[in-house]
Amino acid sequence: MSARRPGATDLLVVSVGGAAGAVLRFAIDTAAPDSLFPWPTLAINVVGAFVLGVLPALAVVRRSRRVALALGPGVLGGFTTVSAWAGQVRELADDGHAGLAGLCLLLTLAAGLAAAALGQHLARRAEPEATMG
Amino acid sequence: MSALLVALGAAVGAPLRFALSRALDGRFPMGMLLVNVLGSGLFGVFAAMSLGDAGWALLGTGFCGGFTSFSTFAVQSVERPARPATTYVVATVMLSVGACAGGWSLVSALG
Repeated sequence: MSARRPGATDLLVVSVGGAAGAVLRFAIDTAAPDSLFPWPTLAINVVGAFVLGVLPALAVVRRSRRVALALGPGVLGGFTTVSAWAGQVRELADDGHAGLAGLCLLLTLAAGLAAAALGQHLARRAEPEATMG
Repeated sequence: MSALLVALGAAVGAPLRFALSRALDGRFPMGMLLVNVLGSGLFGVFAAMSLGDAGWALLGTGFCGGFTSFSTFAVQSVERPARPATTYVVATVMLSVGACAGGWSLVSALG
């Protein structure tokens, strides 16, 4: 994972994975009941951060760089989103729900970072002898 | 139909993010910071344009959603030493929300 200019196949793999992840996010958003607080995006981002952290523990991800790209920057990159998070914070604030906007911002940040750290911790414990890459 | 447009938008946004991240992320993840701020700014612009369901699926949910990435941001943050991580987190949050609000206000004022 050191090449600065990714090859065409790498880009294609990330593209297909990203499309799949985005459709999954769209399906969850569509299926979730309407609510003032954007729970679906919060859940998507926290779950996605955890899974990306834990991903290196999967044997298939360690064996294949292409699978790692398809799942990491691909599926999980397309599944999670900063733009919708920022958009929801802006919308809540503009609609006069400043408290909920602050809660959405801080809760996503705190839970997302904690989830990523927990995922990485579990991945390292699962494979103490594994070297990254 | 909407799901197909979401997939199409993300199929463009995700590899664009990957290429920028590869080219510009180093000790400090400048590429991902740029991606998330730019994507959030565009999200604000598109949201203010009243695109309709199809346009929003392609550009908002698909392209901007697939271009930006919270999971990459979160893992990069916890991997970095405390000082650059703090700068990265604060910059990403402030600039992404700021760019989104700025993009929204700009288009709303013009329209």
